[in-house]
Amino acid sequence: MLTVLFDGIAAGVLLFLISVGLSVTLGLMNFVNLAHGAFAMLGGYVCVGLLNRLGVPFLATLPIVMLVSAAVGVLLERTLYWRLYGATHLDQVLFSIGLVFVSISTAHFFFGAQQQPLQLPPMLSGQFHLPGGLDVGVYRLFLIVVGLGLAAALQWMVVGTKFGATLRAAVDNPRAARGLGLDVDRVFVATFALGSALAGLGGALGVEMLGLDPEFPVRYIVYFLIVVAVGGSGNIKGSLYASLILGICDVAGKYWLPQAGAFFIYGVMLATLVFRPQGLFGRVAAK
Amino acid sequence: MTANVAGPLREAARWKKAEFAFWLLPVAAYFVFPSDLALLSQIAITALFALSLDLILGYAGIVSLGHAAFFGTGAYAAGLLARAGYGDPLLGLAAAAGVAGALGFVTSLLVLRGADLTRLMVTLGVGLVLFEAANKLTAFTGGLDGLQGIEIKPLLGTFAFDMFSRTAYVYSVAVLFAVFWLARRIVHSPFGISLQGIRLNAARMPALGTPVNARLMAVYTLAAAIAGVAGGLLTQTTQFVSIDVLSFPRSAELLLILVLGGTGSLYGALIGAIVFMTAHHLLAGLNPQYWQFWLGLVLIFVVLFARDGLMGALRRLAARWASRFATRRRVA
Repeated sequence: MLTVLFDGIAAGVLLFLISVGLSVTLGLMNFVNLAHGAFAMLGGYVCVGLLNRLGVPFLATLPIVMLVSAAVGVLLERTLYWRLYGATHLDQVLFSIGLVFVSISTAHFFFGAQQQPLQLPPMLSGQFHLPGGLDVGVYRLFLIVVGLGLAAALQWMVVGTKFGATLRAAVDNPRAARGLGLDVDRVFVATFALGSALAGLGGALGVEMLGLDPEFPVRYIVYFLIVVAVGGSGNIKGSLYASLILGICDVAGKYWLPQAGAFFIYGVMLATLVFRPQGLFGRVAAK
Repeated sequence: MTANVAGPLREAARWKKAEFAFWLLPVAAYFVFPSDLALLSQIAITALFALSLDLILGYAGIVSLGHAAFFGTGAYAAGLLARAGYGDPLLGLAAAAGVAGALGFVTSLLVLRGADLTRLMVTLGVGLVLFEAANKLTAFTGGLDGLQGIEIKPLLGTFAFDMFSRTAYVYSVAVLFAVFWLARRIVHSPFGISLQGIRLNAARMPALGTPVNARLMAVYTLAAAIAGVAGGLLTQTTQFVSIDVLSFPRSAELLLILVLGGTGSLYGALIGAIVFMTAHHLLAGLNPQYWQFWLGLVLIFVVLFARDGLMGALRRLAARWASRFATRRRVA
């Protein structure tokens, strides 16, 4: 029971890491980026590639992963994404689906269709038993600590720093923010880079739990969208709660009710969208 | 007043020469490609499916990421009916349209709530739920193995479905044409015009006395029924239902076909289906992965630079041609 809860939390934290970037682009920048999972996949492949082909230690790959994902994020943002900031949601969806297709075949081309193996360092593998029947996987514990730490840092950044204040201003009212002399474009680029970096990190950390193959962006995009829908877009705390709920429900469902499959999760998403379009934890959009 | 308003509308509704010419193509194709009729019937079915999406997206402006839900429902409805012993094709199509339409009516209540983004996620969610349902109810749908053992009786009691797909092709094209004719009537009717009004400005239409929600529900139900017919056709011509009919890639691909062809003109849906399916057939044989790569690139390109699709390109071409023609005549 507790083990399921624990694994669920680990899965939830992972989901949070990946989808928080989507929550930002979708909620704050009003951009439907279905290709968000592709950044997570990129992170996963960079990590696996460095680890298996170049022998870089696992923990050392993580900062590189974040840098590469952020760089690719900025590159795409500056070349392609910005053209569609004012476009309709349909155009954004089509564009990002196109990007997903390209990323899938690129991954196919370089790595093949098979699942990528990931050898965790001995320091992070194995598990220990606590009294009360709780089995704690070391890696899961590591995930939870890293994830919650990052969540706290992000929340502090948005609420407590000048960059966060600028970001909130740029999002709430871009025109007024520009009028006050804030460089809205640069804030968006930085935010996009941060979101991509976190997605990449999530993808790299998630290879062990979610697996990694070229279909990754399509398989998990639904989960990321659910997090955003349930958590309320552009809301870090909401995303965290939603990810945790989703992670626990998913793991528990697979454990106790495999027949029900993903019905429960999809049901929650539909109900939320219909009855509380701003998300369970969202505030009503002030537009 | 009627003369002033109805005149241009009636003019727009009149069949043009180019349209007659277009519909000679499927007739010609029957004789020119007698060995590819199976593929050609697939194209006709895809065109029908794209047509149904064009009704809600191109005319009413409802974005959907889960239109395969209705296609798949129709496919399973026709398949299950045939397996139960009622293999008459037209009866199967009626059932497919009925069941998919009913589902469309119910889900239209969900779609009405919220704007684009919510609609995207709701339609996606409905599609996923149905896929999961088909996946889990193996006793009913065959799950991942698909629905087998479907036997379709001869069309109208006389024309059996042959291995060269002759019957399948004529049948698919006939249904496509019938539905197209109906859809064409609808989009040029006051109802269709009001849909375009809703797409362009949903806030202003109530002021003109248009019941926006009722209109949207009506067109969504209609489009679902047509998608169901397309699904039913696929089942009957292939005598098999794969779970793919409900999958997300099918919905995404359909959007692509429609956008490639151009939205809001009905012919865009047909042209998109023809081009897409032909390209798929020719290129996927070479290498399936590269196909997806080019598909993605084309999609990005279309969104960024050619938003009105092939239909827009054709229209521009026609306009340029017409103006050159006009100048030449003036010079002469």
